[in-house]
Amino acid sequence: MSDYVELSNLTKTYPAPKGEAVIVKDFNLRIRKGEFVTLIGHSGCGKSTVLSMLAGLNPISGGGIILAGKELDGPGPDRGVVFQSPCLLPWLTPFENVKLGVDQVFFTATKLERCEIVEYYLTVVGLGDSMHKRPAQLSQGMRQRVGIARAFALRPKMLLLDEPFGMLDSLTRYELQQVLLQLWRKNKVTALMVTHDVDEALFLSDRIVCMTDGPAAEVGEILHVNFPRPRERKAVMEHPDYYRLREQLIEFLEVRAHRNSKPTPVAPTPDGLRPPTAPSRNDKPKLEAITA
Amino acid sequence: MAFLELINVSKSFGVLPVLKDANLSLDQGEFVAIVGFSGAGKTTLLNLIAGLLHPDSGTVKLNDLEITAPGPDRGVVFQNYSLLPWLTVFENIFLAVDQVNPNWSRQKKRHHVEHFIAMVNLTPARDKRPGELSGGMRQRVSVARALAIEPQILLLDEPLSALDALTRATLQDELSRIHQATRKTVVLITNDPDEGIYLADRIIPLTAGPAATLGPCFQVEIPRPRDRKAINHDSHFKNLRRDLIDFMLCSKQQRHTTLTRKLILPDIEPEDLSRSRPGFAGRSFARRRSEIKEETIEVE
Repeated sequence: MSDYVELSNLTKTYPAPKGEAVIVKDFNLRIRKGEFVTLIGHSGCGKSTVLSMLAGLNPISGGGIILAGKELDGPGPDRGVVFQSPCLLPWLTPFENVKLGVDQVFFTATKLERCEIVEYYLTVVGLGDSMHKRPAQLSQGMRQRVGIARAFALRPKMLLLDEPFGMLDSLTRYELQQVLLQLWRKNKVTALMVTHDVDEALFLSDRIVCMTDGPAAEVGEILHVNFPRPRERKAVMEHPDYYRLREQLIEFLEVRAHRNSKPTPVAPTPDGLRPPTAPSRNDKPKLEAITA
Repeated sequence: MAFLELINVSKSFGVLPVLKDANLSLDQGEFVAIVGFSGAGKTTLLNLIAGLLHPDSGTVKLNDLEITAPGPDRGVVFQNYSLLPWLTVFENIFLAVDQVNPNWSRQKKRHHVEHFIAMVNLTPARDKRPGELSGGMRQRVSVARALAIEPQILLLDEPLSALDALTRATLQDELSRIHQATRKTVVLITNDPDEGIYLADRIIPLTAGPAATLGPCFQVEIPRPRDRKAINHDSHFKNLRRDLIDFMLCSKQQRHTTLTRKLILPDIEPEDLSRSRPGFAGRSFARRRSEIKEETIEVE
């Protein structure tokens, strides 16, 4: 079987005052086993919607998803999710946070074995000394490490990453990408990541799927990234194709992604606010305005 | 002779050494970016230059005079804007101008403030309070306030890191333009290597803490004005970017005390929770692929 994950004609619509708002329309994607695929696109283009449908957290309006020969229906531990903010339970230590899921999935194993699993993954992500602290005592980067360990510890069939490093500063981001890649190399779990960071996409993925702007977002173009694995950042950045691909992606994001949006300029407005392209589909921009 | 000079500056908080033997020397009119990890001591370094902190040992000199206290010769832009919420944009900047130049006529102060509001393109928002402004606009006010006191040196403490990517790019362009126009000496603290490369004449990495110090400087020889897209074709840019990122990540890795720890990962298959759990009659032991395998890994 060559295709491990199959998204066919995936569609998401929300009821709106004027008929239906189509967010994602006829989205088709096949992922091989052990492949690392990235969805890239502007904020609000529907890439997270695709991911959350795959995670089973968002009901599917049309089409279907098959994972390892079974149609998906609702969330399950066969898909590990790393969220943008790590979403740890603040009253539990990293160890307990990870163990929560491990206890569920490995309920037939002995207590000692379950603890060993938790300890193993937390140590590999670099939290060997802080696994019994509280999340509040950890930096944002360390919390995200817990999130990664939690997803991998369940030994999922598929890993879903929703802008996993979006909230981190660039240097910490580089560091955690390395951590993620190391773990991924060991497990070779099929992964789908959502991001808008071009460098991140190039460093991690085998294939980059560019999504056009919503509404009715679809696959714009697909880039194959053939840097040899295992990857080292320095070698990747020296690869002759690196900056060519990077530019291609940036160009796509700046120009072609806006295929069916209103003719708003890509350039930021003079007062430095976001350009007024479809900002209100999710509540994020509103929230930002309040917290800013 | 150097304009700003740090000689063997060390600073610790309690027992925690933050900076150790940091040396820096800046010429007038230079734009220098200091790039470092969060928590490495970047802000401490800037506060030392601003005079808000005193070094435990070593000296900080501006124009050959030792810095002992904050003063109007150094304009600081903080990460969190630090505007007074009950004052308008105009009043916030006016306050600073009034403090520094008390004997100017009211008319002159007004003109002066207006000039700097215009410089950061905020004239339409002149009478708004910070609460009514977006993050990017607030940061512009903060930049205008720092410039309006006409400091000899502008200190920027991660001014753009709280902003979204698009606004950040706009403000980067604006900082670049202002620097070109005023030829001020600028120290920019940032955690984004790309931001440093785009803006600065020189990049100095701050190694990972504790006991951080300033690394070798990276000269940015990309002609101005710089174009974000065209820069991708510049081989100097590519090499610089690679070397800088590599240096930063290596400096962090060196901090890791490599101890080898033996960890056991039980080789157990996860259970399928969508099926009903086996009761007393069902299987109650884990499925294994092989015997327990031991794996030795190196951890930080």
